[in-house]
Amino acid sequence: MSASTTAVMANTSLMAGQKENGASIRVRRIIAYIVLGLVTFLCLFWFYVLFINATRSHQELSGGFTAIPSTHLIENWTNLKNGTLPIFNGIFNSLLIAVVTAVFSTYFSTMTAYAIHAYDFKFKKFMFTFILMVMMIPAQVTALGFLQLIGKMGLDDSFIPLTIPAIAAPSVFFYMKQYMDSTLPLSLIEAARIDGSGEFRTFNSIVVPLMKPAIAVQAIFTFVSSWNNYFTPALVLHTDTKKTLPILIAQLRAADWLKFDMGKVYVMIAFSIFPVIVVYLLLSRYIVGGVTLGGVKG
Amino acid sequence: MKKKSKVVSYNKWGYIFLIPFVVVYLVFQMIPLVSTIYNSFFENYRSGLTQVGPNFVGLQNYLTIITNGDLPTYTVNTLIMWVMGFVPQIILSLLLGAWFTDPSLRLKAQGFFKTVIYMPNLIMASAFSMLFFTLFANTGPINSLLLQLGVIKEAYQFMSHVWSVRSLVAFMNCVMWFGNTTILLMAGMMGIDPSLFEAAQVDGATATQIFYKITLPLLKPILIFVMITSLIGGLQMFDVPQILTNGTGDPMRSSMTLIMYLNKHLFSKNYGLGGALSVFMFIITGILSLIVFKFTASPEKK
Repeated sequence: MSASTTAVMANTSLMAGQKENGASIRVRRIIAYIVLGLVTFLCLFWFYVLFINATRSHQELSGGFTAIPSTHLIENWTNLKNGTLPIFNGIFNSLLIAVVTAVFSTYFSTMTAYAIHAYDFKFKKFMFTFILMVMMIPAQVTALGFLQLIGKMGLDDSFIPLTIPAIAAPSVFFYMKQYMDSTLPLSLIEAARIDGSGEFRTFNSIVVPLMKPAIAVQAIFTFVSSWNNYFTPALVLHTDTKKTLPILIAQLRAADWLKFDMGKVYVMIAFSIFPVIVVYLLLSRYIVGGVTLGGVKG
Repeated sequence: MKKKSKVVSYNKWGYIFLIPFVVVYLVFQMIPLVSTIYNSFFENYRSGLTQVGPNFVGLQNYLTIITNGDLPTYTVNTLIMWVMGFVPQIILSLLLGAWFTDPSLRLKAQGFFKTVIYMPNLIMASAFSMLFFTLFANTGPINSLLLQLGVIKEAYQFMSHVWSVRSLVAFMNCVMWFGNTTILLMAGMMGIDPSLFEAAQVDGATATQIFYKITLPLLKPILIFVMITSLIGGLQMFDVPQILTNGTGDPMRSSMTLIMYLNKHLFSKNYGLGGALSVFMFIITGILSLIVFKFTASPEKK
């Protein structure tokens, strides 16, 4: 009797506790959803305005703000296309540089990581420590010497200084090394050796395919950071038809923009931003998962 | 004996596979670094059409950028804008991270929210700041929206006030980076032993107590890591203020950052002062990197 009473009492007090807990959890959940809603608004509002404004004509834009898209998107695009900015060259140059950078940096970083992962040699530990130490040194710090060097090499105003240096990418290397530690057993390489595969062939036909998920993640990141890069290309490229999109945007800013057709300006911005957003939405699973492993932030 | 020699011959491939990295690193980063440092000791600039130098001047360039006030001013500008962006960013990230990882909250649509908050990080910074420039222009949509709503009587000139420009830069940095910080912090939070939370709950701790007494102290290493990497990134702040102010750092150079200043010297080919500034940046980021290195290298030893 008394035991069951105690049990019941304990039970009710537990239930009361849960109820109280449940209520407070519900309140906290509501607060969380409200804040998340605000944050989502904060992230998406700008792109919504950009999209709306890209569809409106210059007259409509100077008439004030509305939340409803208009019908001038194609017209703005045609105006931009026929304008003075070499927009198609810009897109092509940006794409070319970003693709080559992504390929170089992932392939050769995998190779560097493989050298340290699979072999034993004298400077192995030193190399690994060295690469980790220089990982955070920003490109801006050496930009001065870099510009002088490419001037002396006759590489000024070419794509080579924007792509070849991607071969030595410490943070991509670090990611690849970490991935190899968890997924690339050395016994597999041994097996390939026994089957008579040369070291270089083993790397290309066994290691690289196994590293595909890591290569994909890093390819996206290096592509995007190269696509968005403004500092170095602005210093290296001088000919109008060689310039990349970020430089063209900076020119748009430097121009007497009040005289500009604002519809054109918005379409241009939209054109630099929306391709990346589309790619991101398609691949976001991999991208968000890949963030946690290294890299410089802002 | 034969086997051993074979092992050695395999290991030589370690060197071969390192060649591309080492060669490219030496040529495109090591040589530039050395020549940047070398340049910092020379007077070397163009004044109109006449070329001055290069003449060896010792530490004169370093003295010049410190005593003419440029370096201190631009360092302070950069740090102010970094702090203004970082403080709200870390608070928001801690809050969101705690919510996302709290099993009792069971938030729905987490994948959607994570996708949305990370998105601004991938946006071209120059396009994003050009967008903000047009949105916050005197005749731009934000001003017309505020006028239509009756919040203000005449257009607010966002670009001509010190704190509005700095706030815009800080705000953009915050929007672009808080998703990244949230994901990093979440990884840290999920690494905390769940039995600690359960024990605290059994002992009757509230969610706030759990956050302050368990989550935050255990998260300290990753918080420091996030802060220092963010500071390194913050010192490199360039695209956003450069495009927003068209490289002038106006009003009155109050939003001119260190890298914008370096960029000016690189364009005007003042290699002496640019070199001194680069070396200064190199030393600071070097010290900060060493701290980060301690954090990155330590799990390797386990």
